[in-house]
Amino acid sequence: MGWNAIRIWTILVYGFMFLPVAVVVLLSFNANQFGSFPMNGVSLRWFEELWNNDAVMRAFRTSIVLGLMTAVISTTLGVLASLALVRYNVPGRNTITTLLIAPILVPEVVLAVALLLFLNWLGLGKSFALLLAGHVIFTLPFVILVVQARLVSIKRDVEEAALSLGANPVQTFFSVTLPLMLPAVAAGALFAFTISFDDITGTLFWKPGGVETVPTQIFSMLRNSISPEINALGTVMIIMTVGLPLLGAAVARKLAMKSGT
Amino acid sequence: MSVEAREARQPWILLSPALGAVTLLLLVPLIFIIVYSFWLRSAVGGDQVGFYLDNWQKVLTDRFYRDILFNTLKIAAITTVVCALMGYPAAYFIARSKGSKMILLLLLMLPFWISYIIRTMSWINILGTSGALNSLLLSLGVISDPIQMLYNEGTVILGLVHFLLPFMVLNVYVSLEGIDTNLEDAATSLGATRWQAFLQVTLPLSLPGLAAGGLLCFVLGAGTYITPVILGGPRDAMFANLVFEAIITQLNWPLGSALSLLLLIVLGVLVAIYNRYLGMSQLAKGLG
Repeated sequence: MGWNAIRIWTILVYGFMFLPVAVVVLLSFNANQFGSFPMNGVSLRWFEELWNNDAVMRAFRTSIVLGLMTAVISTTLGVLASLALVRYNVPGRNTITTLLIAPILVPEVVLAVALLLFLNWLGLGKSFALLLAGHVIFTLPFVILVVQARLVSIKRDVEEAALSLGANPVQTFFSVTLPLMLPAVAAGALFAFTISFDDITGTLFWKPGGVETVPTQIFSMLRNSISPEINALGTVMIIMTVGLPLLGAAVARKLAMKSGT
Repeated sequence: MSVEAREARQPWILLSPALGAVTLLLLVPLIFIIVYSFWLRSAVGGDQVGFYLDNWQKVLTDRFYRDILFNTLKIAAITTVVCALMGYPAAYFIARSKGSKMILLLLLMLPFWISYIIRTMSWINILGTSGALNSLLLSLGVISDPIQMLYNEGTVILGLVHFLLPFMVLNVYVSLEGIDTNLEDAATSLGATRWQAFLQVTLPLSLPGLAAGGLLCFVLGAGTYITPVILGGPRDAMFANLVFEAIITQLNWPLGSALSLLLLIVLGVLVAIYNRYLGMSQLAKGLG
């Protein structure tokens, strides 16, 4: 009996986590002109309205460019650091790891304020560069944690075999280590992109006036009250940030199966 | 240079970009705002460089700031307890279930990929005056006019629990997964009931995960800015809202620095206590 109670509890907890989000997706297809219940038909009009909304499309472009740049920089820094931590016996490893994940331990508001005021004092005011710097430092710890966890599983023997067969370290890195690391690199980059794409607190501190990312755009639209357009925008974001990783994982599995047979 | 010396330098070359970024974009800025918090913003707008205790005096003695700080900690504490009560049984179910474990874990990761602001605003669709719950109650005839259920402290806590619950479930799950189920079986075969075996064997062994989840929920909850703005009323401001107000609206940067540092110190003390007794490795496990 106890087990069944736990099962029902778990179902309720999952319902609590997903029902509100499911309602967002459901209402975004609502034909009702106020976008509320009762739904009286399915329509794509809110998505059409999004497509024709210049501010929203601009926010999308900003978010995507920012996310891609953050992913490239953060993944590069994160992969190099993870390699050092996993592959070498670095003195003071624990201190270095704590230091590198420190940006998660500091509340985001504090991180946002410190970076904004310091770079401003150096003469770099609110700008895209500040936004990018903020997103890089904020995503770096997550990339390092994800990449490090995956790197541990790659055996060193393969590299040693390449080296003993006469490849130099650079050749070994590019033709053995990097291909083996690719899933870890991709996972890190995807993680960085998604976190950057979703970030709002830091972004509100760092963004220059007039520049909006998708989350800050939703935030400013919410001031007027919830509209079906916001739900549609939410649905598009969910598809992007949930659908892309799932698609990536499916492609990776297919590739792995192909190379396995 | 000898081969050994080159070997020894290599990891530092690999580490230097990341360490450089953390130093330049986090450590130095934090030191900078410590210095900045002792400056003064003059009435005309410029900063008066010097060593003034005015900001700190204001932050530490003004009742307005103190009340909001305590309220923030109270909200974070309630959120953490609710997350633990809701999340622990669910984590236990995932860890002990056979068939549905993979799908439950996959689903548990989903909220991390769904934007925080969308998950927060989704409650407006449920609890708002034209939301799902009001429509349901109206159509059932329970109420004749929509009730405003939003914009109070309760909905702020609700939004925070919704945001932080996956962190709790994941951390507890990771620690439960590491416990040998034979231990519980051994306890029951020695005469303990399943409930006793859970209370005296499994629960104590899973406390590190519960503590890690609790720390994350508390720190993230206490530092939140968005949830009170979207789901709270005018009197539900939390500490991060004060910081935003000082920095972005009033442009009083020295005061904003002192406020941010106060938040950092209060939460930092908690993290330090946690680190002293449990270490950071448990936290890294849950995050990875």
